[in-house]
Amino acid sequence: MAEEVENKPKIQIRDLCKVFKSRDREVVALKDINLDIAENEFLTVVGPSGCGKSTLLNIIAGLFPPTSGMITLDGREIKGIGRERGVVFQQYALFPWLTVIKNVCFALEMRGFSKEDAEKEAIKYLDMVNLVEFKDHYPKELSGGMKQRVAIARAYAAEPEILLMDEPFGALDAQTRTQLQVELLNTWEKEQKTCFFITHDVEEAILLGQRCIIMGTHPGRIKRIVDIDIPYPRGPEVRLTPEFNELKNLLWSEVYTEFLENRK
Amino acid sequence: MEITNFTRAFDEKAGLFLVILPFPTKAGDKSSHFFCGNIYNMLFHIKRSVENQLKKVWSYMGMEKKKKSEKVKIPSWVWLLISFAAALVVWTILSIIPATSRSFPNIIVTIQQIPVMIERGVLFTDIASSLISVICGYLIGFAIALPVAILMAWYLPVRNILQPWIVFIRNIPPLAYVPLIVIAAGVGRKPQIIVIAIATFLTMCITIFQGILNIDNTLIYAARILGASDKDIFVRVLAPASLPFILTAVRLGAATALTTLIAAESTGAMAGLGMRIRSLNSNYDTKPMLLYIIIIGIIGLVVEKLIIMAERKLTAWQETRKV
Ligand SMILES: Nc1ncnc2c1ncn2[C@@H]1O[C@H](COP(=O)(O)OP(=O)(O)O)[C@@H](O)[C@H]1O
Ligand SMILES: [Mg+2]
Repeated sequence: MAEEVENKPKIQIRDLCKVFKSRDREVVALKDINLDIAENEFLTVVGPSGCGKSTLLNIIAGLFPPTSGMITLDGREIKGIGRERGVVFQQYALFPWLTVIKNVCFALEMRGFSKEDAEKEAIKYLDMVNLVEFKDHYPKELSGGMKQRVAIARAYAAEPEILLMDEPFGALDAQTRTQLQVELLNTWEKEQKTCFFITHDVEEAILLGQRCIIMGTHPGRIKRIVDIDIPYPRGPEVRLTPEFNELKNLLWSEVYTEFLENRK
Repeated sequence: MEITNFTRAFDEKAGLFLVILPFPTKAGDKSSHFFCGNIYNMLFHIKRSVENQLKKVWSYMGMEKKKKSEKVKIPSWVWLLISFAAALVVWTILSIIPATSRSFPNIIVTIQQIPVMIERGVLFTDIASSLISVICGYLIGFAIALPVAILMAWYLPVRNILQPWIVFIRNIPPLAYVPLIVIAAGVGRKPQIIVIAIATFLTMCITIFQGILNIDNTLIYAARILGASDKDIFVRVLAPASLPFILTAVRLGAATALTTLIAAESTGAMAGLGMRIRSLNSNYDTKPMLLYIIIIGIIGLVVEKLIIMAERKLTAWQETRKV
C-alpha cells in the first residue's frame, strides 16, 4: 500500500464539479471532487444511487468534460476518450449484430490485428471468461451474466491501462458474481491494472479493492475513503475473516447514514 | 387396387365434396377409374389435410375450456388460407348484393378478363410500364433518401432546415402537385418517375432519419472507447445499427410507390396499371378495372413478402422485431 501511495498518481482529480443543466433546473451531480488514483491501484466506489458514481466514471473515461476543475492522466489533462481507458458499461453495450467472438475481435482489430489474427487472439480472452463454446452466438441469445462476461472480455482485449467498471456484476446471480469476482481478482493480481470499480454491494467493494471511496448525495461528493488492508491474494473465503466484517460494518453504516440523511 | 380404395372412400363423401368443387366431376363414372383415381387421390389428400387443420381451428377456438397441453398451434399458412377463403366469400357476397354488384363483378368474370386484356394487347405492356416507373422512381427516391437522412441525423443545420420541408410536403397528396410536375417536366415517363421518386423519398427519408436518431449512444461510446475512428464508427456501428430502419424504410417506400401509381400515371401516360384504371373508369368498365386493382395488390403483396424475407435474413440478430 505505502509504496503505491508514494508513486506519482496515475489519475489526479482536483476540485472537480459537474452540473447538469436542463430547461427548468440544475443538478449538481458532482461537487469539489479531489482524488488521486495510483498506478495499478484497485479502487472501489460505493454510494447511494444518484450520488454521481457513473458521472465520475464517465468523466474519467472522457465521455463528457467536467463543468469545472481539473482531471489529469499521467500529468496530462484528459480531453476525451482514449484507448488506454477501457470501460465496462452497466448495460453491457455489446454490438447486437456481431457474434460473441466478433465483439471481442472488434477491440482487437481496433488495435491493429488483422481479421485472422484477431479471431485467434480473441479465443484467449473468451477463455478468460469461460465463453469459448458460445463464441458464435449473438448477444440476444445470452443471459445477462454471459453478456457482461463478453463485455469484460472485450474491454480486456483492448488492453487498457485503466479499467473503468460501472456496476459490472450488478445484474448477475450470486454464484456467477462470485465466480467473476474471483476471476477479476486473479487477473488483477497476475497482471496489475488501474481499476476503478463502481458497485452497490459493500462486500464486493471490500473483497476487490485496495481502497474504497464512499460517496454521498446532494451534492454528489466523496464522503470518506477507507483503506482495505487485507493482503492479496484474496479469495471468497476472505469474507469469513474478522477484518472483513469490521470493514463491512464500517462501510455499511456510512452508506446507511447517507441513505437516512437522504430521506429527510 | 389402392386407387379403387381411394375412389370408394371418396365416393362415400362425394356428395359433400361436389358442393365444394367449383367444376363438375365424373365422380360416379366407374369406367374412368384410373383418371379419376389420380385426381381423387390428390383431392382426397388435400381434403384430409384441410379437415385436420379445421379440427385444429375448432380446438384452438375452444381452447379456454381445455387444458394447456391440448392447445394446438395453427400454422400461419393455414391462417393465410382461411383469410383468402374469407376474402373470396366476401367478394362473392359483394358481387351478389345489388348495390355493390356493379363495382364488384364476380370472380369468374374478373378472371375471364385476363385473356381479354391480353388480346387487346395491353395487359403486359401496362404491367411492364408501371413496373419500370415504380422501380426507377423508387430507386432514385432511395438513392436520395439514404444520404439525406444520414446528413440530417449528422448535421443539425441540415436537419433543422430540411425536416420541416419534408413534413410539409409529405402531407400533400401527390395528385395535387402532379400538374406542376407535368408543366415542368413534360408528359411521358419522366414525370411518372419524378412523382414516385418524390413520394418514396419523403417516406424513406423520415423513416431512416428517425431510426438513426434512435441508435443507442452507448454503442457509439463503446466503439469510440475501443479506439474506433469516425470512419470505423460509421462503417462498423452506424451502418449495421441502422440496417433495420433502412429495411423498414425499403418496405414502406415500396408500399408508397404503389399507392402513388395512379397519381404518377395521371401525367398523360401511354400505358400503365394506373393509367388503364383511369381510362377504363371513363366508360365504367368495372370488370377489367377490378382485375387491374387486384394485380396492383398482388404486386404489393409479393414485394412486401420478399422484403420481409430479406429483413429476417439480414437482421436476425435483433433483440425484438417490430411488426
Ligand atoms: N445526462 C444527464 N443529464 C441530466 N442529469 C443527469 C445526467 N446524468 C446524470 N444526471 C444526474 O446526475 C446525478 C448522478 O447520476 P449518476 O452519476 O448516474 O448516479 P449513480 O451512478 O451514482 O447512480 C443524478 O441525480 C442524475 O439524475
Ligand atoms: Mg450509475
